[in-house]
Amino acid sequence: MGSEINDRTVQDNKELVLEVEDLIVHYVLQEETVEAVNGVSFSLERGKTIGLVGETGAGKTTTALAIMNLVPDPPGVIKNGTITVCGHKMLDLSANQLEKIRGKDVSMIFQDPMTSLNPVLTVGDQIAESVMLHENLSYSKAFKRAQEMLEMVGIPGTRATEYPHQFSGGMKQRVGIAIALACNPKLLLADEPTTALDVTIQAQVLDMIDDLKRELGTALVMITHDLGIVAKTCDLVAVMYAGRIVEYGTLEDVFDRTMHPYTEGLFNSLPDISNRKSQLQPIPGLMPDPTNLPRGCAFAPRCRYATAACREEQPSRREVSETHTVYCSAYDDPNFQIERTRGRGGNG
Amino acid sequence: MAKALFQVRNLKKYFKTSRGVVHAVDDISFDIEEGKTLGIVGESGCGKSTTGRCLIRLIEPTSGQVFYRDQDICQLSRAEMKKLRKEMQIIFQDPYASLNPRKSVLQIIAEPLLYNKIMPGADKFAIEKRVLELMDKVGLAERLINTYPHELDGGRRQRIGIARALAMEPKFIVCDEPVSALDVSIQAQILNLLKELQRELSLTYVFITHDLSVVNHFSDDIIVMYLGQIVEKAPADELFENPLHPYTQALLSAILVPAVGANRDRIKLRGELTSPIDPPPVCRFAKRCNYYNQDCAAGVPPLLEITPGHFVACHRIKPGSNTLVEAN
Amino acid sequence: MSTATDMLVSRKYAKRSGLAEIWYRLKTNKGAIAGFTIIVIILLITLYSILFIDFEEVTAMNAANRLQPPSLEHPFGTDDMGRDLFLRTLYGSRYSLLIGVGGVSISLIIGLILGSVAGYFGGLVDDLIMRFSDILASVPVFLMGMVIVTVLGQSLQNLIIAVGVTAIPEFTRITRSSVLVVRNQEFVEAANAIGMSNLAIIFTQVVPNGLSPIIVTVTSRIGAAIIEAAALSFLGFGIPVPHPEWGLLVSEGRNYIRTAPNLTYFPGLFIMITVFAFNILGDGLRDALDPKLKK
Repeated sequence: MGSEINDRTVQDNKELVLEVEDLIVHYVLQEETVEAVNGVSFSLERGKTIGLVGETGAGKTTTALAIMNLVPDPPGVIKNGTITVCGHKMLDLSANQLEKIRGKDVSMIFQDPMTSLNPVLTVGDQIAESVMLHENLSYSKAFKRAQEMLEMVGIPGTRATEYPHQFSGGMKQRVGIAIALACNPKLLLADEPTTALDVTIQAQVLDMIDDLKRELGTALVMITHDLGIVAKTCDLVAVMYAGRIVEYGTLEDVFDRTMHPYTEGLFNSLPDISNRKSQLQPIPGLMPDPTNLPRGCAFAPRCRYATAACREEQPSRREVSETHTVYCSAYDDPNFQIERTRGRGGNG
Repeated sequence: MAKALFQVRNLKKYFKTSRGVVHAVDDISFDIEEGKTLGIVGESGCGKSTTGRCLIRLIEPTSGQVFYRDQDICQLSRAEMKKLRKEMQIIFQDPYASLNPRKSVLQIIAEPLLYNKIMPGADKFAIEKRVLELMDKVGLAERLINTYPHELDGGRRQRIGIARALAMEPKFIVCDEPVSALDVSIQAQILNLLKELQRELSLTYVFITHDLSVVNHFSDDIIVMYLGQIVEKAPADELFENPLHPYTQALLSAILVPAVGANRDRIKLRGELTSPIDPPPVCRFAKRCNYYNQDCAAGVPPLLEITPGHFVACHRIKPGSNTLVEAN
Repeated sequence: MSTATDMLVSRKYAKRSGLAEIWYRLKTNKGAIAGFTIIVIILLITLYSILFIDFEEVTAMNAANRLQPPSLEHPFGTDDMGRDLFLRTLYGSRYSLLIGVGGVSISLIIGLILGSVAGYFGGLVDDLIMRFSDILASVPVFLMGMVIVTVLGQSLQNLIIAVGVTAIPEFTRITRSSVLVVRNQEFVEAANAIGMSNLAIIFTQVVPNGLSPIIVTVTSRIGAAIIEAAALSFLGFGIPVPHPEWGLLVSEGRNYIRTAPNLTYFPGLFIMITVFAFNILGDGLRDALDPKLKK
């Protein structure tokens, strides 16, 4: 349980924008239960960025939906946990109250800009809609704001009267970002915001998110499978596997002082751009079936350091430093080190 | 130097649409050497997939020649082409769409065997034995033989796709973004498998991708495409160490390296890719280029050999200079 | 290994086959089971009528027995010529089934071919086939049926043709649209890459994947065909008297609807139940046929 992280940050008297505590979300289907998120805790300060990293089925998107209180129900069931966004207990609010918070205090950028925009409304109207709802502005004022927002994401304000199909993929994602930022939310959730975009466009969009974040002081939850994006945008990193955080720390903690075998496996799976002859070391095996998770550490079946104890019980929480936490039982042996840490001289 | 397995000359593929003619592949020429991997890199709409499909004539080129062992495959009849098909196969990007959802693993892998009578007179035992061999070769457990694609994860599906291609005992395989739909840890498994197979079966690959770090790891030679044309062509090491074309430079600098502080100074490109509909006869990259000047309007730049083996199509790079002209 | 293969490895890992799987899922669908049961009962009735009821028995007139109300001896009563309506109705089931299945087979086969050719090849072929189908579809169903029966003459066979032809556009369109969806999938390209001919691709790759909407249409079309045939018979364009086709029975009974409503009720009820059964079976099949719904 990661509530200690929160306690500490609270003591520091920083302005916490997001607190997730021991979140458990399951999807209950007719014949089986998908255990999507199994006890996730983290918190985020104003203006900071946390990266939720993991592969398909790690529970990243479900966590984000839970933060918005948007988990589809049925089949989704939030079994446990509290989520606090800017002081609001998201999971206890009524639909009406949520409507006032979503878009205003917290908003979300979706993965696919092609499907997240309404094709029959002009982009200006789509941005204005949210502004009118949350800030009680007249249509003409809201539309003016929409144009300003478009300018801010690098689209000429005159294009506010055009429809989504008249924009290219990268432009649509910019519109998505403009909508998300229209009411100046304190917290922004970005779910793989650049996965559907080309490399050069990805660079533009990431730079823009970065600039806006700094300018507006928005806290950002960046959900991604791409460690490169994490390295570029995040202050904190939470590596997720099978619905749990396995390693949590600052960017430097996780990237330069890697502790968890899964995090190591992710790094080893990536081609090294500076040494093209290097051998890829994939993680053997597959993600565990989320309807039938192993009893012990979910990563144990794929882990080359796993011991009998790892297969039997959930890994213990271990605080490596004030900022760095790892969930791995192998460290019960005080001499244990993963290879990545053993063999490294500096940055790799 | 060994004779190239493929020689592509002035390949063009145009699509007519209601908005004009899309120049998907516009006059490209290159060679593929036997046993090597040619990487084709570019962003969506650059024509890389179309090029790959033209190579094995899944798409009929509008004009140009594709010589396979000195034989222009575009001129072959259907029957002749069918014989050649055994030697050239393709692995697709989307392991969800590229397998028939109504067929089991056994049926999918056996299909090419049966359809091309690769094992004449073989009974079902022999066919099954061959399917099991292929499954073993790509790392699929025997017990999966009767499963259907939708019951399997992306990595295993991609393995089925590879086994199906191998069933034809090909010499040449077009890998069209074979790992971009897969998770990182699975991606590495499949890349290693493809490499092993290449060594074992002395395969020639064309590796199509938008992911530069993958192509760097995988290829011997690399072609960079932009809006239907080749902008740069070089051995992989050379291309990564000394990229010359402004677009290649921007692409390389857009790679996000998974290391702290590695992604600071990057070349930013203006604007976005457009679709090459009735393009004007100028450098197609000019609009987004940081080095653009009046020279760039002087027609489509030809692909010139700047240093031995290193080809660039840019008005601002002169043969022998080995560097890009300074930005103004 | 090569000598010891007296058993296929795939058999060792045998699972439910595709058909068995569909049957398994169909079993869990209450509506489908109800529809299926009713259809089986009707089939049994038909079998019984073929084995034990003579044509003479249901056509012989008996003026003394005219217009009897339902009784133990005549459960549905008798008609204006003294024939037992119960036996006539049972006997009539064969016509309805034959027309339903036969008519739909005609439209299915022709529609399947036209639709897959149009969808797979596209272009001019597509335009020609679809315009033809539009023209066919623009003629009102009953008008078309009446014209066909009038031209070809009144017989069971011609009634089947009439019912079949009117449904061709529907099958063409459904086949074409499901082929269009499947055609651009990568696995079709993969089949191309292993050198399959167009014909083989259409029938081994494309059609099987586009089949579920077609099968669903088949079942509901059988119901519709039965109604259409009954309606044509009712209007006097169906099977000639004295064959006890259900539509004809309703038509004969309508003169006595005030005095002997049983003459229209019972055959009408049979038409309704049969059509209903085919429709709910069709709905159940639609769910059972989707391989992705399987978990």
